[in-house]
Amino acid sequence: MTDTAAKPAPQPGETTTKAAAVSIWEIFLEFLIIGATSFGGVVPYLRGSLVTKRHWIDDKEFVEMLSISQSLPGLNATNMAVLVGEKLRGVMGSIAGIIAICLPGGLLMFAVGIFYHHHGDHTFITAALKGVAAAAVGLILSTVVSLSKKSLSHNFDFVFMAATVIAVNRLHLGVPRTLIAVGILAILFHHPRKAQKESVKP
Amino acid sequence: MNQIPALIRVFAYLSLLTVGGGMAAFPEMKILTVDVHKWLTFPQLIHLYSVGQMAPGPNMMMIVSIGQWAGGILGAIAVLGAFFGPTAVLAFIVAKAWKKLEKWPWRTSIQRGLAPVAIGLMISGTYTIARLSVVDLPTLAIAVVVFGILTWRHVNPGILVLLGGAVYMLAMR
Repeated sequence: MTDTAAKPAPQPGETTTKAAAVSIWEIFLEFLIIGATSFGGVVPYLRGSLVTKRHWIDDKEFVEMLSISQSLPGLNATNMAVLVGEKLRGVMGSIAGIIAICLPGGLLMFAVGIFYHHHGDHTFITAALKGVAAAAVGLILSTVVSLSKKSLSHNFDFVFMAATVIAVNRLHLGVPRTLIAVGILAILFHHPRKAQKESVKP
Repeated sequence: MNQIPALIRVFAYLSLLTVGGGMAAFPEMKILTVDVHKWLTFPQLIHLYSVGQMAPGPNMMMIVSIGQWAGGILGAIAVLGAFFGPTAVLAFIVAKAWKKLEKWPWRTSIQRGLAPVAIGLMISGTYTIARLSVVDLPTLAIAVVVFGILTWRHVNPGILVLLGGAVYMLAMR
């Protein structure tokens, strides 16, 4: 939690202590910026903003929070806003984070919904949307690759990863059952005595 | 509007299914919003979902449009509250409990164990979206090129996503 010193900081001397001094307004503003600019998936923007730019959390905490976010019901983006907001400023931090991250996209989709309702089936609009969705697939995959490099601590983790994909997409077990079954196996695999002997990749 | 209680019920339920990402709730969302309540058609749902991919922020903000269609501005607000309120409270409670368990040895085990599962769920979501959106050679090319650029270069992904839309629109003229 205190090993962010290795990363380049925008200004020297404010790497680890910054989190203590964050105001509600700063949290609101940062999540509002993420909410307004994170086209095509929030995770890389969250990382860029919270870890790289602000140093509010380090990469290891980011991955931990992301795994908590992904394990709980709720979207990664809003759960991350709640978790990071809570870490920085408690209840008010969480509320500021979640409202700010939802506001720009929510307002946009409100307007888009009205527009689409009236001008729905334009050929180019539909075509553009297909290209956008395809590009988003490339984006999510690149995030998957970079997170895998950072957060997987054992080669056997790839087996759990593959088991998850197969259970959801091939066996159609549903996310909750898959999560409980594969999650418990993976947690038991990484049991405390074993974990002490290993160290997570930097 | 008398649709509002139904909107709250449906979206509060759907929010509990979004473990590992919004895509997990998509099949149930189709059944409830299209087949049961007839708030919109299936093609409209797919279109709104695609638009939602382009919008910044949490990737299920398209639910706002469904709320707006079914219940006006109050419908949009009701849907947002129902979809994000309960899961936010849950995340908050878990975050607090997690901090108190800092010394608990299983905490590290849980984190290390859940990491590959979380990444697996992300891949599953990508696969589900890909089946809907990578449908021909141009869309495959767009996905591969965007993946390649983002893996080897730091570029704002939003620009690439918008370019993807523009390229496909031109390719399909």
